[in-house]
Amino acid sequence: MEQVFQALVTIAIGVGGCALWYWASNTVLDTVFPARGPNAGSNINKTNLIRPWLFVGPAVVILAAYLIYPVVNTLYRSFMDKSSTNFVGTSNYSWLLADGKFHESMLNQFLWLLVVPALATFFGLLAAQLTDRIRWGNFGKSLIFMPMAISFVGAGVIWKFVYANSDGNQIGLLNAVVQFFGGEPQHWLQLPFWNNIFLMVVLVWIQAGFAMVILSAALRGIPEDTIEAAIIDGANPFQIFFKIKVPQIASTIGVVWTTITITVLKVFDIVYVMTNGEWGTQVLANMMYDLLFDQSDYGRGSAVAIVIMILVLPIMWWNVRNARKELR
Amino acid sequence: MENMAGKKPALVWAVNLSAAALVLLWLIPTVGLFVTSFRDKDQIIASGWWNAFFSSEQTERFRTDPDTQKQVGAEWVIEGTALPSGSSAVSAWGTKTTEPGANAPGATVDMGDGVNLTVNADGTYKMVSPTEFDDDQRIFVQAEVPPSFSLNGYSRVLMGEGIGQAFFNTATVAIPATIIPILMAAFAAYALAWMDFKARGFLIAVIVGLLVVPLQLALIPMKLLHSSLGIQGFLGVWLAHSGFGLPLAIYLLRNYMVGLPRDIIENARVDGATEFQIFFKIILPLSFPALASFSIFQFLWTWNDLLVAKVFLPTKDQEVLTVAIAKMMGSKGGEWDLLAVAAFVSIVVPLIVFFSLQRFLVRGLLAGSVK
Repeated sequence: MEQVFQALVTIAIGVGGCALWYWASNTVLDTVFPARGPNAGSNINKTNLIRPWLFVGPAVVILAAYLIYPVVNTLYRSFMDKSSTNFVGTSNYSWLLADGKFHESMLNQFLWLLVVPALATFFGLLAAQLTDRIRWGNFGKSLIFMPMAISFVGAGVIWKFVYANSDGNQIGLLNAVVQFFGGEPQHWLQLPFWNNIFLMVVLVWIQAGFAMVILSAALRGIPEDTIEAAIIDGANPFQIFFKIKVPQIASTIGVVWTTITITVLKVFDIVYVMTNGEWGTQVLANMMYDLLFDQSDYGRGSAVAIVIMILVLPIMWWNVRNARKELR
Repeated sequence: MENMAGKKPALVWAVNLSAAALVLLWLIPTVGLFVTSFRDKDQIIASGWWNAFFSSEQTERFRTDPDTQKQVGAEWVIEGTALPSGSSAVSAWGTKTTEPGANAPGATVDMGDGVNLTVNADGTYKMVSPTEFDDDQRIFVQAEVPPSFSLNGYSRVLMGEGIGQAFFNTATVAIPATIIPILMAAFAAYALAWMDFKARGFLIAVIVGLLVVPLQLALIPMKLLHSSLGIQGFLGVWLAHSGFGLPLAIYLLRNYMVGLPRDIIENARVDGATEFQIFFKIILPLSFPALASFSIFQFLWTWNDLLVAKVFLPTKDQEVLTVAIAKMMGSKGGEWDLLAVAAFVSIVVPLIVFFSLQRFLVRGLLAGSVK
């Protein structure tokens, strides 16, 4: 009970303190420059200059501290040694280029980037198309969407149990199925190369629901008459799907694809809890965590972080360009 | 119209069946762990979870206790009961690990040196020897055990393994880490949507750019900055989560607020309402759907986060669920009874939020990604 109380008090202080800032700063502004009296006009102009910054101020400060400063700081550290005391030039990067584990991470990362968005989008599209046409579609959608709510760690436990290999009776579902069809039970997560695929399955399982929700909305937005025209022209359901529907939602597929790509670049939890990068399953984010926190090597760890950042840059550039276009 | 594509009975069946197969495929892994969390430790190892609803053959090991031996005439006798828990009748028994089911119930087996052992169908056994026993004897008993489910695992994990504490820690992280960024983002989004100031366009572009910055970059610089500023514990995690959640929050809320009718806001300004009043009395209530969808995102994300909590809450008494479970997976990888329960304790809150507020979640996803 004491724990609950303590939690409630900390919560109240945190949220209350934040709310207090906005209330207090606005009250001060309105008292110093009241919108009444002899100087009302110039006071209103002054408050109009200052108030936007009271509103965006805390957000800008936090964003600068937690996202902009770290990017610059990490870049700086990636040119420094282990404890960030001496400048070492590009030697962290040349170490990375020569390191076998880094090659493995890069290779796996590209495999993840290829497989996960493709499969998640495919299953999402399939699920959207199937569930849109049946009575219990919304119920089915909820169940496919559900893994979105489960943490990567929780998903890791769920799937590690599916892949479990035990002596005697198989308690892992995959091995039981394999055994049922007469195959040999395997240590799936230690199987070279294929273990990467088994890890990717977990992320596909989580992300397919996201793809389904977005693509389902896009499919419903397709004008009916294009489909009717195709039916009259004698197109079969597969032709309607691939030649009429898919081209019309191509841009939405692109958005889903890039969103999942960003998730893939940051994937850490799944690899960390299921294999911790052993047996040839290392990826960039987990390698970075290992260098930073297990080996306390800030220089090399930061260099890996910068590599992740560089991979994200094209998507960032694309987003900003589109946003600027919209603003005009 | 009856023969239109998609309306043929065979096709309708095919669609229904494929949809059912896909949904089942997606559901089964979770169901497996869910069922496992209600099973006994011995059962989990003995049979797959899909057998949990049927009786299963189980083997349990017993030992005779030489202290209970009695001298009857010229013989020494040990009597007792060896019946696997939950079962009512022995189906087979044995004395060697390699042959745990070698003998039928009621059979008497010669153990050498004139020692005889009988195990009856009701589990009672009798061991008779011409000399005094000085050692215990292993007996393996097999029996048909009916399905049984219990909450034992839950009470054990919640009380004993620190998961109960971790649950409260997770809530302490997630709730303020959801409310604080929403508050900041709502003010910022209003300013970016409806106040005219110079840096506005630039700030919006920066926020869109920050949407995709990997938070991994922030770990070391912020951890060091926190320790030099003396920020620690929950405050540090709240600030970090706020920072990582803000770009999406501002982006979603600004897009929504820009769409609100201009007349309402201008009229209020003409009527002499202060910006603060407009914000609280008009903008916030009207933006409820967007606020709700972002808060669901942020809550799920902070509740489920592993990395930020791991880095910014290093002490044991502030450990959150995901960190505790990740540790259990490392140290107790095979103890599925503990892992299954702990995983479900961590999953249950997000699932409740998900199923009760799914509407808002979907709306937010659509607003956030169809750019």
